[in-house]
Amino acid sequence: MASQSSVMNPTEARGNTRRSGRSRLERVLRSGRFAVTAELNPPDSADPQAVYDRALVLASVCDAINATDASGANVHMSSVGVCALLTRAGYEPVMQVSCRDRNRIAIQGDLLGAAAMGVRNVLCLTGDGVQAGDQAEAKPVFDLDSITLLRTARLLRDDARFLSGRPLEVAPAFFLGAAENPFAPPFEERARRLAKKIEAGAEFFQTQFCFDLPRMEAFMRRARDLGLHEKAAILVGVGPLRSAHAAEWMRSHIPGVAIPETVIDRLRRAGAEGEREEGKRICIEVIQQVRQIEGVRGVHVMAYRQEELVAEIIEAAGLLPRRVANGAGIPSGVEA
Amino acid sequence: MPTTGAELGGPSEIRLTILQDHPRWLELAYAATLVGLRPFHRWLRRGGAVERIFIAGERASKGLLFDCRMCGQCVLHQTGMTCPMTCPKELRNGPCGGVRLDGTCEVIAGMPCPWVLAWERSGRMPTHGSEIERILPPVDRRLIGTSAWINDLTEVEVGAKAGWPRSLP
Repeated sequence: MASQSSVMNPTEARGNTRRSGRSRLERVLRSGRFAVTAELNPPDSADPQAVYDRALVLASVCDAINATDASGANVHMSSVGVCALLTRAGYEPVMQVSCRDRNRIAIQGDLLGAAAMGVRNVLCLTGDGVQAGDQAEAKPVFDLDSITLLRTARLLRDDARFLSGRPLEVAPAFFLGAAENPFAPPFEERARRLAKKIEAGAEFFQTQFCFDLPRMEAFMRRARDLGLHEKAAILVGVGPLRSAHAAEWMRSHIPGVAIPETVIDRLRRAGAEGEREEGKRICIEVIQQVRQIEGVRGVHVMAYRQEELVAEIIEAAGLLPRRVANGAGIPSGVEA
Repeated sequence: MPTTGAELGGPSEIRLTILQDHPRWLELAYAATLVGLRPFHRWLRRGGAVERIFIAGERASKGLLFDCRMCGQCVLHQTGMTCPMTCPKELRNGPCGGVRLDGTCEVIAGMPCPWVLAWERSGRMPTHGSEIERILPPVDRRLIGTSAWINDLTEVEVGAKAGWPRSLP
């Protein structure tokens, strides 16, 4: 271990600053390429191989892999743990941080720890309520909200200080992201909320599942009117629906997911044998359509328990090859 | 999306929403309260009999009007005269992405999302309406249960100074 510590000397770690070490995702977005991120469903397991198996499927087709933080208020392997495994193997994670389960003390510590593990991309979320998960009796924390979390992460990065004002020795180099849901009320104000998140520090956005193109277009129109598409990169959330039944379940059980009746009808018409394929087709169509919207800079693919479909979808949507392979063994400093 | 009392139930709640749906009057009341209290500035102190009276008064008045949760750091004029602590996630910068299509809360079924109401009402507030775009600091948990009026007028330091220089008007 002595040799390793001499390799990772403090000077090198300090080189981990914003200018010298942009995340791969940030570099892809800055270069103007259409970005692809994908969600890794964290395992209910203590076996690191479960994470690596899933990452392997996603890595070659996306620029960064999202590690979710007990999404839907269901406990799985933590996002910090998944990210530690991913960075160890040379993958590029987006660490999701939710305000539901930890207070500001725990979150600031986790942000520093993650940065030390090589995490550059952080997605700041409020988090689903505990009622959405299978341990609804838990205490909801929500000490911060997504916007105060963003500003906290930015404070650590830009001012090298904790919320208390206490200084850090070395600041983390984060590329900060947030979520937005153009498909939930108040529809008219969602773009203004985007502006608020940008002011708090958001540099990229990953939206909730998009199945409603007109709503997405209206949202982007308002974002463009406010000039927001130039201040942050907006990635549209997409994903394949497994069946009409699954779509109905998602719509009623996952907070913030809106699926228009026309989409569910299409799945129904495809019948039991065809609906999975139809769900995939709808997802590909959505990707191709949102790509045409001015200001959309990428897509974020969320394929709940269907990771094997992600590569097929990204390929069929014409988004391959990714310029920089996001994979094991590739030094994170390599440019395309 | 203006709510009607009928959506909320009980007769007392009907009265409250009618007042809250005319936030312009509440803005005036807020201004009057600040002006009215200023002459008494020298008696306003934390942790005494005066504060106990204030706490009782605030609990009664703001409780009735806003379903106030006594966070001790009132931001009503910046949140469309809608108490953000009635949000089950206690968001200071809402709404979250979980709002249902009918504008109700993700956590408490059937409850209108306070943040949907806040944005809607702030559009009808000529003086402080645009302040909903301001990023509010996280709650200072030490102030819960204390008098927001006294804290405001005596400029009590709210926590998380590094991220949020005290800028409340």
